Amino acid sequence: MVEQTNKIISSNDVHLFYGRNEALKGITMDFNESEITALIGPSGCGKSTFLRTLNRMNDLIPNVTITGTVKLHQQNIYAPDTDTVALRKEIGMVFQQPNPFPFSIYENVVYGLRLAGIRDRRQLDEAVETSLQQAAIWDEVKDKLHESALSLSGGQQQRVCIARVLAVKPDVILLDEPTSALDPISSGQIENMLLELKDQYTIILVTHNMQQASRISDKTAFFLQGHLIEYADTKTIFLNPQQKETEDYITGRFG
Amino acid sequence: MHDQIKESLLKKSRATRSERRGKLISLFCTAIIILVVVSIFYFVASKGLATFFSNKVNVWDFLSKTVWNPGSTDSHGNPQAGAFPMIIGSFAVTLLSAIIATPFAIATAIFMTEISPTKGYKILQPVTELLVGIPSVVYGFIGLSVVVPFVRHTFGGTGFGILAGTFVLFVMILPTVTSMSVDALRAVPRYYREASLALGATRWQTIYKVVLRSATPGLATAVIFGMSRAFGEALAVQMVIGNAALLPHNLVSPASTLTSVLTMGMGNTVMGSVSNNALWSLALLLLLMSLIFNLIINRIAKKGEL
Repeated sequence: MVEQTNKIISSNDVHLFYGRNEALKGITMDFNESEITALIGPSGCGKSTFLRTLNRMNDLIPNVTITGTVKLHQQNIYAPDTDTVALRKEIGMVFQQPNPFPFSIYENVVYGLRLAGIRDRRQLDEAVETSLQQAAIWDEVKDKLHESALSLSGGQQQRVCIARVLAVKPDVILLDEPTSALDPISSGQIENMLLELKDQYTIILVTHNMQQASRISDKTAFFLQGHLIEYADTKTIFLNPQQKETEDYITGRFG
Repeated sequence: MHDQIKESLLKKSRATRSERRGKLISLFCTAIIILVVVSIFYFVASKGLATFFSNKVNVWDFLSKTVWNPGSTDSHGNPQAGAFPMIIGSFAVTLLSAIIATPFAIATAIFMTEISPTKGYKILQPVTELLVGIPSVVYGFIGLSVVVPFVRHTFGGTGFGILAGTFVLFVMILPTVTSMSVDALRAVPRYYREASLALGATRWQTIYKVVLRSATPGLATAVIFGMSRAFGEALAVQMVIGNAALLPHNLVSPASTLTSVLTMGMGNTVMGSVSNNALWSLALLLLLMSLIFNLIINRIAKKGEL
């Protein structure tokens, strides 16, 4: 079987320091278009930090230094002339805690479009419907689009947050443990949705839940103490890991 | 053996007893505070209402008539207790100073929380605290020696009046409104900002579309709190407003506020006289207004919770 894959993001020797503390110790990895890549590893291993280097969210934290390159479509996003605002429109992000704005569901979804200066009511309405449908929550909220997003359940809020990202039509979606604050049913809904979205978006997912990684991802990367230990097809990682550390972690013998 | 356990379970433990004692003490203190508040209200109300019940001043006349001379009577034999000029004066200085202070306070708060949260905050935080701590007589004194001449030279008139009062109150409420606005902005969760930036918003877009919008109830509370402070401020205003119980025709003619008439008059009237009762009516009005300000703040706080 010949798989046609395109590198969309490639990082090369990325080091990240919080002050003097080195949190990422040279990460080199490529992400393929239209695939789900899962980043797994114990807490503090650097997987979330690495995820946040991909849309330069770490810039917001004082005292962070980053070396190496991260290329999106062959462009180094750490080049000095990078427009982070434009970058973040191409690489959307969903956070661990559902974080809808304290506005209506509608206003949450169109937020990114309003930033882009879109005023046309029909265009906004359409975007709201499409994004909420893609996020598999349209049927639940279509009658209360103008109610506060905070009145929804955690799982619904998280899907609204995903719809909010989809509305901007990014190329890549980063998800930082998107289901760790949710119950299994909501998590399952979000997993199914991610599988649906896979064809149109490149999805990079940080997760603590190894079943989740094995269920939905095409590729899995195992991080440990700031190193990328192993990165391969999900099947290989889970059934036939090449590194002892990976095996220990996956079988629960970690420690 | 069993009896021992039973006995120890039935007996009140030391922890239970000390908890009871703590509850009693705090209940007692709370009761005293409530008693004090209630008796203040009762006292002010009984004195203040006497103007209307014993001295037969019409409530509507009190609120709308413009002649304040409660010691003498008008042609109908009723005391001339028209508080309208003071009501206008109080509201004018309060609203004007709040209107001027709000943009400055919110801009400063944005600077302290969003633009320079480390250095700017470290410098401005003690400055605002210091400004809150300056006694009002000092503000009044500065107002008298700096603001009043400035107004006189720039806008004409004697310099005493609503404009001078507004300027002094602006400086006085600015730190209060600023520090409360800072609290309101800091209470906006970090993840709202992150979510906004991650969607490709600029910092400024994030500030005015998300941070200010989420903090609106808190900011409104800050402004109303400032207004309530301005409304109740007596000494500093009294020193610069000119203290003429007349309806002001412009911002630079001498005027008066509810508080300034109170501080001017309270030493010069005899308990139980009409003039004294009339002052109590003004005090009652002030008390009611601060109650209203508090109710508004509560209302906003409840709305903000959602």
